[in-house]
Amino acid sequence: MADVVTPPPLHGPTSKEKKYDRQLRLWAASGQAALEEAHILLINSGTGTVGVEALKNLVLPGIGNFTILDSATVTEADLGVNFFLEDTSLGKFRAGECCKYLQELNPDVKGNFISEPLETFVAKPNVLQPFTHILITAPIALEILEKISNDARFQSRPVFYVHCVGFYAQLSLQLPDAFPIVDTHPDPEKMTDLRILWPFRELREFAARKTKDLGSMNDHDHGHVPYVLLLLHYLSIWKSQHNGRPPQNYKEKTEFRELVRSGTRRDNPEGGEENFDEAVGAVLKSLNLSEPSSAIKEIFDSAECCINEVQRTNFWIITRAVKTFHQQHGSLPLPGSLPDMKAQSKDYIELQNVYKAKARKDVAEVLSHARKLEKGVERLPPADPEISEKEVEAFCKNAGFIKLIRGRPLKILKPKEMLKWGRSAKSASNALTNPDSLMPLHLAFLAYDSFSAAHAPDGHIATPQAPGASDFETDAQKMTGIVETLIDDLLRQARKFIEDPEYSEIKDSTAKIAQEMTRAGGAELHNIASLTGGIVAQEVIKVITKQYVPVDNVCLVDGVQSKTSVLKL
Amino acid sequence: MVAAVATPPVLNDVSQDRARWKYLDNILTRRGPFTDEQCNPGPDLIETLSKAKVLVIGAGGLGCEILKNLALSGFKDIHVIDMDTIDVSNLNRQFLFRAADVGKPKASVAAAFVERRVKGVSITSHCGKIQDMDEEYYKQFQVVICGLDSIEARRWINATLVGMVDMDDPDSLKPMVDGGTEGFKGQARVIFPSMTSCFECQLDMHAPRAAVPLCTLATIPRQPQHCIEWAHIIAWEAERKEDILDTDDPAHITWLYEKANARAAEFGIAGVTYSMTQGVVKNIIPAIASTNAIIAAACCNEAFKIVTNGIASYMGLENNYMMYTGDGDSGVYTYTFLHEKKDDCPVCGNLARNMEINSELTLEEFIEGLAERPEAQLKKPTIRTEEKSLYYQAPPALEEQTRPNLKRKIKELLEDGEEIAVSDPAFQIDFKFKMVFSS
Repeated sequence: MADVVTPPPLHGPTSKEKKYDRQLRLWAASGQAALEEAHILLINSGTGTVGVEALKNLVLPGIGNFTILDSATVTEADLGVNFFLEDTSLGKFRAGECCKYLQELNPDVKGNFISEPLETFVAKPNVLQPFTHILITAPIALEILEKISNDARFQSRPVFYVHCVGFYAQLSLQLPDAFPIVDTHPDPEKMTDLRILWPFRELREFAARKTKDLGSMNDHDHGHVPYVLLLLHYLSIWKSQHNGRPPQNYKEKTEFRELVRSGTRRDNPEGGEENFDEAVGAVLKSLNLSEPSSAIKEIFDSAECCINEVQRTNFWIITRAVKTFHQQHGSLPLPGSLPDMKAQSKDYIELQNVYKAKARKDVAEVLSHARKLEKGVERLPPADPEISEKEVEAFCKNAGFIKLIRGRPLKILKPKEMLKWGRSAKSASNALTNPDSLMPLHLAFLAYDSFSAAHAPDGHIATPQAPGASDFETDAQKMTGIVETLIDDLLRQARKFIEDPEYSEIKDSTAKIAQEMTRAGGAELHNIASLTGGIVAQEVIKVITKQYVPVDNVCLVDGVQSKTSVLKL
Repeated sequence: MVAAVATPPVLNDVSQDRARWKYLDNILTRRGPFTDEQCNPGPDLIETLSKAKVLVIGAGGLGCEILKNLALSGFKDIHVIDMDTIDVSNLNRQFLFRAADVGKPKASVAAAFVERRVKGVSITSHCGKIQDMDEEYYKQFQVVICGLDSIEARRWINATLVGMVDMDDPDSLKPMVDGGTEGFKGQARVIFPSMTSCFECQLDMHAPRAAVPLCTLATIPRQPQHCIEWAHIIAWEAERKEDILDTDDPAHITWLYEKANARAAEFGIAGVTYSMTQGVVKNIIPAIASTNAIIAAACCNEAFKIVTNGIASYMGLENNYMMYTGDGDSGVYTYTFLHEKKDDCPVCGNLARNMEINSELTLEEFIEGLAERPEAQLKKPTIRTEEKSLYYQAPPALEEQTRPNLKRKIKELLEDGEEIAVSDPAFQIDFKFKMVFSS
């Protein structure tokens, strides 16, 4: 555990640590190791830039492997939008050329390419097996998309499906049915859990001992009592005056704040005391019970946590152990961190150790629950490695902030079919009437896919044709027709009735977006491809490292209004 | 509403084959529902774009992306300034550089790379400081795009561009597009100098990190960072005064690390590492390729929309600031809003800015605090009122003459509500503050 250890004789950072210094400060060595284990498949199509830009942002931080699948050959038009091609690439396979120029960015990364047509590639068995994450760019034949989506779900492979057309883009994530994140990197301030209202025994005793002679302390000592101890001291005074009850509401908390403030010595040269100022400032945010959030309770209540079923993953075993801990103690394990505060070094370190020791005790308790559970469940392959203390420690530190995403299949609208919104009908229709949401843009992309599939030349499903590629006005009208039908279908399925003029306004504004999309004729603008490639790469990194919270599950980019929006569909 | 330009592009000056720009031309030759009335899609617009001269400030993480993006957005005449050379820690995101380029100037390496990749684009590089260039230089550009990590440099170029505005000459107004990143977060903004909120109006969005009081470092350290700052500020000065600290020298960092570590051990503080030492001493901000890509592209998208006169609506009057967060609860979050121009902005406003101050402080304490106050952030201020000189950093004679004021209290030197003018060698303008006594 993190007590003072003498560091090994210094060898400076390794060359890898030097190269990756600026990112290791975000996702640490564990995140980097996960990146290096990953193998990304990019199924590239259309004008082909957004996927390559995303790969650039993954090759640079050192993803292990990437493979580009693309059967297109490089045309003159590619050179005007894709940076990872040169004049000499003309006529060659785009997959191979992009792979070559991407690989140049980082010698630690292994790049591969496949120039086989997608239809024959996906027809082979177990074809997704070598890849850990799948990135698909539109347009793609929807039958093939559906097949990949299904296979990937079955194999718990995350899929990132990206559209990028003119000023617009969309990223849809298909995560596994249960995708837990422990290391969500919450704001450190939010993570602070000082247990002021409900101090554990060691903390209570330590505070009592340290504040026993508060009144008779000399000015120096008085001005250096850590504010946490001041709060505990005045809280015990308050309780003795209020039948043992702590301040209950805002009014009482402000009264309590005045009680703390009244303890400040002002007859010193500074005319006040910094530690008391800190205590006064912390009253409102510290006097709360550290209740688990509703999201955590939902995780506790989920089927994987309740039924005594076969548990394969450490996440669920530890979650159950923490749930048991919560049932017994009424609180989550203590994270154990202490923010900096005015104090003497010795007192601060002692107080820090009080929290750390309690955190360690909680970890030990959770670990023992987890060990028992681990023995009691049948672990089917591929089972996680045996639960380690480190894993439990990391879990307990973040217990209040773990996140569980329930992956949902991609929504695919095939021509002449009606999209079934299912349980997202309500939220989707609500988003439609929310002016800040980019729901209309999502509808336009659904229409885009449907249009492209319906206009595949010669019925050749693998080469969909984008709206606006040749006849802008006619296609814009067709797109408008599709989005209007989509709106009506959605409202019907959500049993929602919108009156005019709102109804007409929604239709008009959605039609405008569909027209703007058609203007691009299926082409990417490099800026939007690059911006979206950045967002895609951030999401891929979060999913690979299982750190930070990924989008759940659709992110829209509007380059006209310079904004984004996330929809859960 | 929807109207394609029917005639095939007749290109005069830009007579090269447009086959390469087929995709871009779909947008440049068609009018869309969000195209401004002032904008005329078609051959003239293509020419406008290829003739536009743009300046990119910074060839680092954002700059590399910006140069690539502009070259692939139809810009042909791009200039770039950067004073830095390439370091190995740049290679995880500055994709125009290779290991063999370490030590070379960023601006020229970046320019040469993009010129080689994107045929027909001219990139003129300048390896040096923005402060070395005069108004004549900045006048030649149609738009300035900044990808800088230094607040000071951004304040300088902002003040320069605001100062260049001549109300009788519309060409003197140079839109400035600015990007910045930190980890998974970033922001892109558009400034129309003198018309919309400027960088200085928005300065408090970049509040400096609060410094740890010296007495904490000297006597009661509690955090590993306190031990590092002690080694950095106190131990080095005491033991190696004769050497100039070079934070890029591993031997120097190692010395600080070992000092910090020994001090931490003495106080029982855990957690000092080499990496943390480097981070604290060099004030390292985490940086990744993907965030740079997002912010640089957001900036170039605005520049493209502005230079095309509104091929789609751009940020400016209705909103001018986009905040991007990639590490929040919802995965991706942007907030695009209007940051209002401030009348008391020392650069583009005409009123003195109110500054609340404890009049019991000495002038010296006030001066020290100016570096940290979010609305000032001035490190070497010279201060005067309309009648008297309070403190001059230079020349030496004036410094000596005004030095006794440092020990005097603010209330002895100023009246409540009196205006002061502050100048700083880093900036070419005076900052006016109205001093409001809080006690």
